[in-house]
Amino acid sequence: MDRSQLKYAKTDEWVALEGDIATVGITDAAVQALTDLVYLALPTVGKQYNAGSPFGEVESVKAASDLYAPVSGEVIAVNTELPNNLDWLSTDAFGKGWIARFKVAPGATLDHLMDAKGYAAYWDTRAH
Amino acid sequence: MSYLFNTPEQQQEMLRVCGVDSIEKLFSDQVPADLRLNRLLEMPPALSELELEAELTALAHKNGGASTRTCFLGGGAYDHFIPAAVDTIATRSEFYTAYTPYQAEASQGTLQAFFEYQTLICELTGMDVSNASLYEGGTSVTEAVSMALRSLHNRRRVVVLGSMHPEYREILVTHLQHLNCELVTIPTPAGTADVSKVKAALNDQTACLVVQQPNFFGCLESAAELMAAAKDAGALGIISFDPLSLGLLQRPGDYGADIAVAEGQSLGTPLQYGGPYLGILTCREALMRKMPGRLIGQTTDRLGKRCFVLNLQAREQHIKRDKATSNICTNQGLLALRATVYMSLLGPQGLREVSELACRKAHYAAEQLAQVAGLELMFAQPFFKEFTVRCKGGVEPILKRAAAAGFDIGPELSRFTWSDGETMSAGLLVAVTEKRTRADIDRLAQALAKSR
Amino acid sequence: MRNQQATQLLFELSKSGRRAARFPTADVPDRPLTDLIPAAQLAKSLPPLPEVTEPDVIRHFVNLSTLNMSVDTHFYPLGSCTMKYNPKRHERLAGLPGLVDLHPYQTPAASQGMLQFLYEMQQMLAEIAGLPGVSMQPAAGAQGELTALLVAAQYFRDRGEHRTKVIFPNSAHGTNPASAAIAGFECVQLNQSEGGYVSLPELQSQLNDQTAVFMITNPSTLGLFERRIQTIAKMVHDVGGLVYIDGANMNAILGITRPGDFGGDMMHYNVHKTFTGPHGAGGPGSGPIAVRDFLADYLPGPIVTRTQQPDGTAVYGLATPSKTIGRVRTFFGNVGILLRGYCYLKTLGAEGVKAVSDNAVLNANYLLQKLKHVLPVPQGERCMHEFVASAQKLKTEKGISAMDIAKRLLDYGFHAPTVYFPLVVPEALMMEPTETESKETLDAFAAAIEQIVTEDPERLHEAPFTGPASRPDDLKAGRNPILKWTAKV
Repeated sequence: MDRSQLKYAKTDEWVALEGDIATVGITDAAVQALTDLVYLALPTVGKQYNAGSPFGEVESVKAASDLYAPVSGEVIAVNTELPNNLDWLSTDAFGKGWIARFKVAPGATLDHLMDAKGYAAYWDTRAH
Repeated sequence: MSYLFNTPEQQQEMLRVCGVDSIEKLFSDQVPADLRLNRLLEMPPALSELELEAELTALAHKNGGASTRTCFLGGGAYDHFIPAAVDTIATRSEFYTAYTPYQAEASQGTLQAFFEYQTLICELTGMDVSNASLYEGGTSVTEAVSMALRSLHNRRRVVVLGSMHPEYREILVTHLQHLNCELVTIPTPAGTADVSKVKAALNDQTACLVVQQPNFFGCLESAAELMAAAKDAGALGIISFDPLSLGLLQRPGDYGADIAVAEGQSLGTPLQYGGPYLGILTCREALMRKMPGRLIGQTTDRLGKRCFVLNLQAREQHIKRDKATSNICTNQGLLALRATVYMSLLGPQGLREVSELACRKAHYAAEQLAQVAGLELMFAQPFFKEFTVRCKGGVEPILKRAAAAGFDIGPELSRFTWSDGETMSAGLLVAVTEKRTRADIDRLAQALAKSR
Repeated sequence: MRNQQATQLLFELSKSGRRAARFPTADVPDRPLTDLIPAAQLAKSLPPLPEVTEPDVIRHFVNLSTLNMSVDTHFYPLGSCTMKYNPKRHERLAGLPGLVDLHPYQTPAASQGMLQFLYEMQQMLAEIAGLPGVSMQPAAGAQGELTALLVAAQYFRDRGEHRTKVIFPNSAHGTNPASAAIAGFECVQLNQSEGGYVSLPELQSQLNDQTAVFMITNPSTLGLFERRIQTIAKMVHDVGGLVYIDGANMNAILGITRPGDFGGDMMHYNVHKTFTGPHGAGGPGSGPIAVRDFLADYLPGPIVTRTQQPDGTAVYGLATPSKTIGRVRTFFGNVGILLRGYCYLKTLGAEGVKAVSDNAVLNANYLLQKLKHVLPVPQGERCMHEFVASAQKLKTEKGISAMDIAKRLLDYGFHAPTVYFPLVVPEALMMEPTETESKETLDAFAAAIEQIVTEDPERLHEAPFTGPASRPDDLKAGRNPILKWTAKV
């Protein structure tokens, strides 16, 4: 996945849109900030989420973070192998580390998300 | 006497290092003068150890403890026997003067003991996972219900039975009243729940069904059927059990409980007027990450050696803050240690013996008391170690006669708040542990039979 | 000289047929069990508990105990935890017959000694807090917080006010937001600070008619007394909110100043910290709360009452406040811990209580001065009973982290300070020496840290070297949780 072509949420999710299918993951920078991940909770296939609502969760030894749907829609697939291969989230965050695919709700847009440049600038403004 | 070390000379030296000439200056630099308490606190005068012991002994003598009287009191706290070895270990100050095992390398003793506690509790209950303790039995029920509400977050209905400990129910009410939840209590006029009535109360909004087994009246619920009914409704089945009943009765894990909680006082903790006791919480593996409280896990260290750590901490308040599974921090570690030693000492055979003795003696006591004029068994249901009698002439005269002969029985049902507003004024609980002898029971029956 | 065999897991020591406890044979008529219990309810087999002898059990747990550090064996400067000496008289007195064997449903008439002690404890806690209403139900500080927040919720509901927000600074213990969420409130965290103190403009910007409670630990987790606490309390009161004082750090201010006198409406104690519980390897605690008069009617019961008889004698009883929020636990409270706290306060008296805080603050300030040249304290030269040093400079310059220092201290025979809390200080080492330590111990501790920072950083990453374990693999534990022993198949 070419990360420069993706859209990003302030809560560190990335989105790749093909037609009305959005593939969603979290950025490697965010994973690194969380340090060693121990657990990932995937969303349920068939469930509807509104943009901004929590759809999953990642935990490290000493931290936990909700995952927020970057776009409104229905989950049509999840990366079932990921919870047992958490390293993919840091080694291949934009490839094998994808988390879920959403069928984007009619009328929903990605306008509220940042492009790669915007996300990089936004990341730099945050204290880590 | 404040257990201080530093001599006046040392204090002066320390103050000099701090660059001030008095302790007062350390405070006046920081606490505004108008906020200072410019007097001594109003407190009783300081006592030497000798005086304190005399005072406490005098206070203790004013109480009717279970070692000087014969205790048939129950209702969630019981006078079970505690082997000496439990005290020997629990008074090891390496255990009781240590803190929560956050620094694993300095706490391997505590961590391994709690890992063993978790294992023993799983073996005892047949459940998959146990945490390292909660406050006590009543708050454990509320924590279990919170777990269910978190797990099935679009379901907001909680169903409990009228036969649950009324104080456990009251705690639940206290906590649920500010949340958007509906609490339904199924009446149990026959002493146990009518399974069909419970089934009718379970719907697709129900997050959980809570069943106490044996229940507050001592009676045995149809626990397996009730758990199955919860499952059929897509709700979680929660059991509040008596640990010492499990030497005889089926384990919650055997009959399909999703969450099983208990008051663990009977596992080696003295009565001490209601606390500190031990809250036990176990669940199926699928619910592990929804659990409240600490969990100890096994791992290896830098050199590959087996060791133990606090695990899955991301659930807890110090990490997840307002999204934590519970606000609990300090738990009941020392009581979990007592339970660990107690269960080790009992083993399967000892557990069986305690269960069976309590059960057999309780049944003998029920037969004897049922023959006393003016007394009858309130419920016809099977029971374990505790039963309810109806005092046809009122509870007071019975309690008085018992007390005068050196026996304590109860509690009387009228002291509690009941869900349906009923007072149950003539009911009285009688609990029988392995410590009571046939002679105790016979003498109790004689004392109660005496005419006024 | 470690006994490796005895510290295997209990389950590995088990041998079928071994036993410890035996009980008498039944002295009541023998009847088939199925006459007593329906067959369907009877277990098919016994729970698979380990089978060991009493000497096995004793040797196992005594050896395990030696793998711990504890207050009785080591200096334990764990910040925010108040690891002071636990007097031995408390243990003996709490075990007196009449106290340790008293059933919670014993009648008040046969519990007068117990109720008298509890009543006197209530009075002392009210006096030390400067707040008249006391409930001793809560089992720990966190339950005290939750109880007080439920009291606040009920109070506002009674007044017909819809207040939904609880505010706290980012240095707050995690229990504050967790308790607020469970009580049904929304959490508002203050993220700015003025040199470790609450930022008044930020607080003001969050205060409004939605504000229910402002929670603050005073002295704070940074060991600072919030000088403007009266102003803060007035700001909160002006919008109709209540001020909650987290009493975790009461050891600094006993007899010096009182939460009720500096604007607090509610507070909790940690009897296991301040009044030397002890800690019991993580509990039990006791977290009584004290509240202002107008909140007292909402407290959970039972509360102990005292009635003067015509002949001058006192009779003690139990009562439930008129507008109570209801119970927060079964029975009265963690009486065994309250009893130890009572023994402590009765031993100290008013002067002794103040001497505790005097010396706790002196010891902390002395240690701060001894350490500041190696471990700078960002919040300044003065502290109350604890301070938070930072290893940030060492980390940057030499690669030595707060964790490295903490772990290496164990080799030197000292328990580690609290590390990485509060989060607002990078590479935090939070130290609370308490009053029950000597200058000699503080000097030796400071000398150990001075020594440690000169050691090879690479070696420090592998410390400790002398304990029963070194740097456990938390990642492995978290990814594949093993939470109980299971028999090998």
